[in-house]
Amino acid sequence: MNRKKYFLDAQGLVKQFPAPKGGQPLTVFENLNFGINKGEFVCIIGHSGCGKSTIMNILAGLDQASGGVVLMDNREVAGPSLDRGVVFQNYSLLPWMSCLKNITFAVKSRWPQWSSEQVYEHSMKYIEMVGLKGAELRKPSQLSGGMRQRVSIARAFAIEPKLLLLDEPFGALDALTRGMIQEELIKICEQTGQTVFMITHDVDEAILLADRIFLMSNGPNATIAESVVIDIPRHRDREQIIHHPNYYTIRNHLVDFLVKRSKELNDPEVAAVPHDDNARPAYPPEVNPATGQVSQLIETETTEGSELSRQVVNMQ
Amino acid sequence: MDIFQNLNVRAALLSVLILVLFLTIWEQGNKAPDVDKPMTEYERLMGGSEPQARVPNPSEIGALAVEELSNPFYDKGPNDKGIGLQLLYSLKRVLLGYLLAALVAIPVGFLIGMSPLMYKALDPFIQVLKPISPLAWMPLALFILKDSEVSSVFVIFICSIWPMLINTAFGVSAVKKDYLNVARTHELGPLRTAFLVVLPAAAPTILTGMRISIGIAWLVIVAAEMLVGGTGIGYYVWNEWNNLDLTSVVFSILMIGVVGMLLDLMLAKATRLVQYVE
Repeated sequence: MNRKKYFLDAQGLVKQFPAPKGGQPLTVFENLNFGINKGEFVCIIGHSGCGKSTIMNILAGLDQASGGVVLMDNREVAGPSLDRGVVFQNYSLLPWMSCLKNITFAVKSRWPQWSSEQVYEHSMKYIEMVGLKGAELRKPSQLSGGMRQRVSIARAFAIEPKLLLLDEPFGALDALTRGMIQEELIKICEQTGQTVFMITHDVDEAILLADRIFLMSNGPNATIAESVVIDIPRHRDREQIIHHPNYYTIRNHLVDFLVKRSKELNDPEVAAVPHDDNARPAYPPEVNPATGQVSQLIETETTEGSELSRQVVNMQ
Repeated sequence: MDIFQNLNVRAALLSVLILVLFLTIWEQGNKAPDVDKPMTEYERLMGGSEPQARVPNPSEIGALAVEELSNPFYDKGPNDKGIGLQLLYSLKRVLLGYLLAALVAIPVGFLIGMSPLMYKALDPFIQVLKPISPLAWMPLALFILKDSEVSSVFVIFICSIWPMLINTAFGVSAVKKDYLNVARTHELGPLRTAFLVVLPAAAPTILTGMRISIGIAWLVIVAAEMLVGGTGIGYYVWNEWNNLDLTSVVFSILMIGVVGMLLDLMLAKATRLVQYVE
């Protein structure tokens, strides 16, 4: 019995929108439970409308769930905080500031007691890390989309957050730029051991970057159906990874889910899981497509409270 | 010629051409009637003055302009002051009223833009007060303030406040949610959010409002000074009309236009400074 505690723990998240006049309220997602370990890179994949961005905003503290809680480091997430850095899909740089100022204002908010030299040096370190030295005095409008997203990433890393949230950060970039920035992201994450939660639409991107991938069933009433373990060893790189023997097994599993099973799971009759009140699955089943092993964390009521244990179920 | 390919050069040439054409037609079409007949008794008694008053010719206006502008700041008593001095009186009133209006309009606009409650609560007042002609306030202002100088400043204040107020409120309420989310995720306090995010984001809209205001203020000061009299370019125009000196009237009309243009150019330049490209 290994008691497991997650660094970031989302428990029973629900998001509902009030009914438009007399109808049923719209439940975007419900019964959402997931955990992320420290230093882990987790991607979440699902079709549009399943509430991925809402989940991200709830984790960031920008939006509120209709039910459930998010705990980070055992503390409830109750609003935006510098402990969680966010990279938005549209970069969200402040267009009237130079790249450098976009980062220094963030660094100053994080460490108000720092001198301006300290702030400058710290910011420049991250500008160099994303390869933008020399362009730091330009305005965002004078940069390409890829360069803007790098500034945005540099800003998020510069405040050294405990959790980095990426909302489809590469969605608007062309394939070549995307590949380059993905590799930079891998490099930076390996250097810093950053905990990352990222939304993506791109299956290959998820396999390249993630330790685990959460698969979401279709909305409304979406939920995380399974958590897929990617055990391809690091350091990964774009050219090598496709030759890994497990790559296509994993990829097929993900694509099969997105094309077929995400819909079926939304059908209440198929999705109905027998409930056992004493031992209910606390988190979505963990699937390793390479070995075919499926395991489940089970929460059982004990005298000292509840206990989590991992059981191999092998449903597949 | 390569220089004639340039649009600006061609536009400037065309402007000059239109001006020359206009002035020629004016000058030629506005000649004093030929005096081939001998003067009548009456005319001789009147010193041979023209039988009919005419709008002055461009050449006369030009001559007056050279004379006035070579010594714009002379002061020979209340009825004879240089055009530069009169313009400065007007500019002083405009800038005073305008700055007071900015001091009120921008903070209040911020408040209205930030708070939907204040927006809804103050909207009826703004909608009723905004369309009132600034000169309609004049009697009330004269009665309450008991001073024509202060009253004309007040009229400028009341007419330039609305565009600034409305544009500030609109600019502030239209700040992109993304920018506010950046402020929130970086834990900026309300004051830092206002100065670091909202103000720069809304600045181009605010400056546009200020540009509209200065234009209106300059329009209104002429009318206000015609009413209160004493000094200023509006008084000057009316005074010269009473003197039946139409040359000076046309000349001062031109000066009003030039100064108005300069005020607008200054605000346009300031707007460009705070403009940003998304």
